[in-house]
Amino acid sequence: MKLPSRRALALGLAALLFLAGFGWLVATQGPLARVKVTVAKAGETTLDRTLFGIGTVEARRSYAIGPTVAGRVAAVLVDHGEAVTAGQLLAEMDPVDLEARQAAGSATAARAGQLVASAQAALAEAGSRARLAQASSERYADLRRKSFVSQEAADAKVHEAAAAQAGQEAAAAALAAAKDEARRAQSDLAGLGKSRAHLRLVSPVDGIVTARLAEPGSTVVAGQSVVQVIDPATLWLRVRIDQGRSAGLAVGLPVDIALRSRPGQMLKGRVERVDLVGDAVAEERIANVSLGEAPGNQAIGELAEATLHLPPAAKALAVPAAAVKRVGTENGVWRLVEGRARFAAVSTGPASADGMVQVLNGLAAGDAVIVHSNRTLTPDLRVNVVDTLVKAAP
Amino acid sequence: MINLAGRDILHGWGKFLFTGVGLGLLIGVTLSMAGIYRGMVDDGQVLIDNSGADLWVVQQGTLGPYAEPSSIRDDVWRGIAGLPGVAETGNAAYLTMQIEHAGKESRAMVVGMEVDRPNRPGAPAYLTAGRPVLAGHYEAIADELAKFKLGERVRIRRHEYEIVGLTRRMVSSSGDPMIFVPLKDAQEIQFLKDNDALLNERARTAANPAFNRPGVPGLLEAVQAANAQSRMVNAVLVRLEANADPEAVAAEIRRWKRLQAYTKVQMEDILVAKLIATSSRQIAMFLVILSVVTAAIVAFIIYTMTLAKVREIAVLKLIGARNRTIAGMILQQALGLGLIGFFVGRLAAGLWAPVFPKYVLLLPGDALRGFAIVMAICALASVVAIRAALAIDPAEAIGG
Repeated sequence: MKLPSRRALALGLAALLFLAGFGWLVATQGPLARVKVTVAKAGETTLDRTLFGIGTVEARRSYAIGPTVAGRVAAVLVDHGEAVTAGQLLAEMDPVDLEARQAAGSATAARAGQLVASAQAALAEAGSRARLAQASSERYADLRRKSFVSQEAADAKVHEAAAAQAGQEAAAAALAAAKDEARRAQSDLAGLGKSRAHLRLVSPVDGIVTARLAEPGSTVVAGQSVVQVIDPATLWLRVRIDQGRSAGLAVGLPVDIALRSRPGQMLKGRVERVDLVGDAVAEERIANVSLGEAPGNQAIGELAEATLHLPPAAKALAVPAAAVKRVGTENGVWRLVEGRARFAAVSTGPASADGMVQVLNGLAAGDAVIVHSNRTLTPDLRVNVVDTLVKAAP
Repeated sequence: MINLAGRDILHGWGKFLFTGVGLGLLIGVTLSMAGIYRGMVDDGQVLIDNSGADLWVVQQGTLGPYAEPSSIRDDVWRGIAGLPGVAETGNAAYLTMQIEHAGKESRAMVVGMEVDRPNRPGAPAYLTAGRPVLAGHYEAIADELAKFKLGERVRIRRHEYEIVGLTRRMVSSSGDPMIFVPLKDAQEIQFLKDNDALLNERARTAANPAFNRPGVPGLLEAVQAANAQSRMVNAVLVRLEANADPEAVAAEIRRWKRLQAYTKVQMEDILVAKLIATSSRQIAMFLVILSVVTAAIVAFIIYTMTLAKVREIAVLKLIGARNRTIAGMILQQALGLGLIGFFVGRLAAGLWAPVFPKYVLLLPGDALRGFAIVMAICALASVVAIRAALAIDPAEAIGG
């Protein structure tokens, strides 16, 4: 048999190359390709632990100022954004008939005063009459002893003196009554004055008006606010933190705050208060965070992101959080043992913001764990270790 | 004895090869079509597998959360977590939306998952880069298909999210990439409207005399605050204890919790049999037509190849070649054509599969089945040509 021609050789070579390319394609692209993974070593490090919450800027003290009785607003003297001082008149309610009643009250008081004067005059007159009757009675008694007048005439004078004395006492009582009446009228008047003063809505603090909720002429019920005033020095954040990630939340933690209006600018703050009562429906805890140096111009109700820094966990055995997987009902990591994936159940502790998680047990320092993979891993799966699975991550 | 077929092919190898390659491209299209169907089924399958759930608890009377909208209160899990056999529950919210990225809008499924512990149900099963979501808000994991990069900030409705991790093959049943965000953010995305809608809604409420009555201060504010709340999720994903019977737990939930519960098997049925039923039938139809066309073309090619060799076959007959020899030659050529066609087709399908926008899954089993079918079609197609060849009159070799 003769040797195969050159053409046949070339064709055979081309066919071989083609088959090799085919084999490469099947082995690397399809479902038969080997799983690629990236690997990291478990090691001891210091974990910077953080809590993250969303907060709104709120005033710690907010004063809703309104009338104590229903009525009509007569005047509102301040507007949104105005600075006010303690005691400043902010708004006034319509007094309706209160002023007329005040006038009537003062007239009554004046009349009561005059009645007191009249009673005093009557008392003076009664006193004078009593003194005269007494003197006359004593004189008649003297004359009777010398038998110049009849017994009857002397007795009549004694009676006159006693009657005048009684008259004086009656006048004194009438004076006391008039004085009481005058005091009552004064008290009435003072009460009306107090009611009148209550219709003047004044600021309890130095602050800023944040809302003008009613206009002159509108009717408000008791307790409805007309003007809202806050104390701008007490602005803080009310931060909501998921219950599931709130372990370690405590007063005094330093906080980094990013207001929504300035996402790039980190403000410093600290946890001032942790509310004992959380939100049971939203499953969140509430922490109040002071704004260290407020940049000014921040709006109440503005959204803010708060990152709370917990004390770092020193010398913690940590692996990348992406390595922690779940198989069945257990959390664990896939260890790389002789090029194969082996599952090891571990229990994990806190995680750091940069993506490391503490391993409490089930792993030793230096163990290689699979971090990323391009498919779900199965026990004893042969894997190819690569540097990165995603090209050109910036 | 020399191989007649081989000699004949070598004689006109260029023509034979190009015919084979052309046929191969056609077979490649057919294989890709099968791959597209497998990809669609796989999209549904990965959705089920990746959610890491054994049971899906959804609104009563719905096929939710993937095939139909479902909406339940987000505290429903408390009642389910206490049932015997339940190991863990996780709320999940799903919504498909357009997301703008690099000046272009693309479709994505935003998945709200709980992030308070690692690997809650609903979280992606593996990452290809980055880390899981660790903060409670405004971090996201995206499928590579969405073409986001690590560290990038993406705006979804009212907030910007930082991409902290990437994953692969986490897609919705229609093949859209998933973007995983914390549940509370997803609830906000789903239920908190844009500013204009909020303002309009407030105005509408304020115009309703029932909610804005004189003499009841604070009522309007209370109603509006209640309207802005979002306390709904689409499903509760349930993980069961290792020895629990999914059907029993599902029946318990259906009976006593007045909710619908689906097991993995039922969910597969919903996603594969119901959700993609029409589109998969569409593709199956196309697959059948392509197969018929391929068969017809193979038959035609072999027939014309045979007719082109009328004189040679007549000479063969004249020199006393048996019918079996001639039939064998034609059959071998047909099978050779099929062989080249299959390999070229598989290679072509493998090369262009990653370029498809949706997932194309080329299963080895499908390839083997395809190989058998191609060979069968070629063998059948050669029958016509063999009949024609056998009918050739040996006299044509000298006459003509």
